[in-house]
Amino acid sequence: MSGSPIIDSALILGSVGLFFGFLIALVNKKFKVWEDPRIDAVDELLPGTNCGACGVPGCRAFAEAVVSGKQEPSGCTVMGVDDIDDVASYLGVNAGAANKRVARLLCAGGYEEAVQHSDYAGYATCKAAAAVAGGGKGCTWGCLSLADCESSCLLDAIYMNENGLPVVVPERCTACSDCVETCPNDLFVLMPMDQKLIVQCRNLLNGNAAEDLCKVACNACNKCVADSEPGVIEIQNDLAVIDYEKNSLTSPQALTRCPTNAIVWVEGQQFKESSPGSVKTGRVLEQEKQVA
Amino acid sequence: MQSLLSFKHGVHPPEHKDITAGIASRRFPFPDEIILPLSQHIGTPAESLVQAGDRVERGDVIAQAAGFISSSVHATASGVVKSIELWPHPNGTMVPSIRIDVDPNSTQMQRPRIVPRWEEVEDEDLSGEIGKAGIVGLGGAAFPSHVKLTPPKDQPIDLLLVNGCECEPYLTSDHRTMLEHPEKVYLGIRIALKALGISRAVIGVEANKPDAIEVMRNTAPHDLDVTVQALQVKYPQGAEKMLIKAVMGREVPSGALPSSIGALVQNVATSANVAAVFTTGQPLIERIITVTGRGIRKPGNWVIPFGTRLRDVINQCGGLTDDAAEIVFGGPMMGLGQANLDVPILKATGGVLVLSRDECKRQDILPCIRCGKCLEVCPVFLNPQLMGALAKAERFEELAADANLGDCMLCGCCSYVCPSNIPLSQLFAASRVQLGRLAKLA
Repeated sequence: MSGSPIIDSALILGSVGLFFGFLIALVNKKFKVWEDPRIDAVDELLPGTNCGACGVPGCRAFAEAVVSGKQEPSGCTVMGVDDIDDVASYLGVNAGAANKRVARLLCAGGYEEAVQHSDYAGYATCKAAAAVAGGGKGCTWGCLSLADCESSCLLDAIYMNENGLPVVVPERCTACSDCVETCPNDLFVLMPMDQKLIVQCRNLLNGNAAEDLCKVACNACNKCVADSEPGVIEIQNDLAVIDYEKNSLTSPQALTRCPTNAIVWVEGQQFKESSPGSVKTGRVLEQEKQVA
Repeated sequence: MQSLLSFKHGVHPPEHKDITAGIASRRFPFPDEIILPLSQHIGTPAESLVQAGDRVERGDVIAQAAGFISSSVHATASGVVKSIELWPHPNGTMVPSIRIDVDPNSTQMQRPRIVPRWEEVEDEDLSGEIGKAGIVGLGGAAFPSHVKLTPPKDQPIDLLLVNGCECEPYLTSDHRTMLEHPEKVYLGIRIALKALGISRAVIGVEANKPDAIEVMRNTAPHDLDVTVQALQVKYPQGAEKMLIKAVMGREVPSGALPSSIGALVQNVATSANVAAVFTTGQPLIERIITVTGRGIRKPGNWVIPFGTRLRDVINQCGGLTDDAAEIVFGGPMMGLGQANLDVPILKATGGVLVLSRDECKRQDILPCIRCGKCLEVCPVFLNPQLMGALAKAERFEELAADANLGDCMLCGCCSYVCPSNIPLSQLFAASRVQLGRLAKLA
C-alpha cells in the first residue's frame, strides 16, 4: 500500500463505516415495525412517574394500553381530572369513571393518644422495631411512627406529623401500594376517596383493655353499629368493620356516639398538619442521621 | 493438655456467669395470677380445653396440642380460670392466653396420677407420652420434643447429643441443672435413647463449667454408653449445628435438619424434664430460670412456674436497681428484648436478664467500613456485610435467594463484633418477618 498511514486508515475506516451505514439503512427499511404515533403523544401527556399503580409496568406501557383500548385514561391514578380529559379528548375516547383511590392509615394512635410501655432505642425503622417486642408500644397493632412509609413513598405523598402519624396527601397519592407493602403492621389500605367512613383502629381488644392502651382505640362498644343502617358496620373480633359494598348507606350519623372517636368521617386528607416536609419528628431526624 | 473440640469462627463475649453460677436453685413462690399463652412453642397454637370459671389443679392439661407439630399446655398452679383473652406475649404480639387466679390456700400438690413405667412402654410410644406432657426443647427454640424424637424413617439417628454448653453469657440454668440433677439428666438420656432405639450419647459441656463436667462424669451410669465431652468456651457452641460440628466433625447441610446426618440434639434441661414425666408424672410446668444482670437487686437461679408475670419475677428478686435499662428474656446474644412487664415466663425462657445502663450502652450506628470482621466470626460462613447492605436497602428477595438468609440462625456474632454497631442480626430478623409478609400479600 502506498500513501501515508493516516490516509490509509481513514479510507479503510470510512469505507467500513459507509458499508455498515448502508446495511443499517437497508435493515431499517426492510424490517421496519410500524408504531402508532399516538403512543408517543399520549406518553408525553402522562405524568412519567412510572409508579405502576395503573397495573402495567410504567407510563409507556400504559400509553400503549390506552391507545389500544385495553385501559381507560382514568386508569392513571396520578393525573388530575383535567389531564385525564386531555388524554381522552386527544384520542377521542371516553375518559372512564375516575374513582381516585388513596392510602388510608387504620390507626390514629400517635404519641398523644397511645401508651408507650418502653422506649425503643435501636435502628430507627418500623420493621426493625417490630422485631424487638413490637417496638415497645402498648398497642401491638398500632403505628410505630418510625416512618418506613414516608421513606418508601417515591412521590413524597407521605410525611410524618408532630404526633408521629403519617399524613397522606391525597393530591399526590397514586395508590401505588408501596406503603401497604412496607408497613410491618399492615396498617395501610387503599381506598376510593368516596369511602368516607373509616374505623381508624386495628386493636382486637375490647372495653377498658383497648382504651387503656390508646385513647382512640375501638373498644367494640357496638354504638356505631346501632347508629348506622343495618349491616353496614359489624363487630368482628372486637373491632368495628365497615362493609364497603354498602358504602352508599354510610353516613356521619355513625360517629355521633363513638366514645373514643375511633370511627371517623374523612373528607380529603386523613390527618391534619402543616405543609409537607416542614414537620420533622425527633425520630425522623435520628433516622436521617443514620442514613447519611 | 488435650485440645478442646470446637467449631470454626464464633466469638467469645465476657461470660458474666459468676453472678449466679454459685447460687443453688430455689423454688419460686406462686404468684396470685398465672398467664399461660396457648402458643409457647414452635408450631400450631394449642387448643384450649377450659372455660372461664373452671377449677384446675397444678399439672392438669388445660390446652391440647392442635396437630402434630404443636404442644400441650398444663396448669402450672392450682386455681380458677379467670378468662381466656388476648395478652402480651414476649414476642411483642398479643396472643390468646389462659389466665388463672391462683388459689392462695392451695398446697399446690399435684393430683395423684398414674406414672408410666418407662422401661415397660413400647419404644415408639415413649415420644407420645413425652408429647402429652407438653415437653418442648428448653434450649430456647421450644420445638416440640416428641416431634424431634420421631425422626423421618429414612433418616435414622445414631447419636444423641446432649447440650450442656450454655454458651450464652450470663445464663446458668443449664449449669445448675447439671450440678443439682445429674441423675434426672441421665434418666432423660436413657428414655430418649430408648425412644430412638440407639445406644450412644455424648454430653457436650463448655470447659468454663469444670464443676458440672466433674459431676456429670462422676455420676455417669456404668451401663450407659455416654461420654461427657468438654468443649472450647466459644459462642455459639451450644447452637445445634455448631455442637454437631464440634463433636462429630460433620456439617449439617444447608436447609436440612440434624437428623439428615444421624444426629439429634437435646438440651440438658429438656432431658431432666423428660425424666420428671416418668418419675413423678409432672408435665412441663416449671424449670430452672436464671434471673441475672446488674440491673436486678437479688440475682439467682429459681424454679419458676411458667406463666408467672415478669413483674412478679422482678418484685420477688428485690426489684430493679436505679440504673436498670433493659430487660431481656434469654441471653444477651439471642434473647428477646421485653417492652411490657405483664408478659409471662414461657417454657423456653431460660433466663431473665436485667441489664444496667453500663451493660447496654447505646452507641450510634455508623456506616459499614467493610472491615470484614463479621465474615470472620459468622459460624455458618455467610457474608453478613453484604446481607446487612441488602437488608438496609430492603432488597429482601435477593437477601433470601442470593445471600442465604435462610441459613442465618440469628446468633448475633456479626452484630457483636461490628465496629460500626450495625444491628445486623436484628436487620436479618426483621427481613425474615418482612419476607413472610410479602409472601402473604402476593
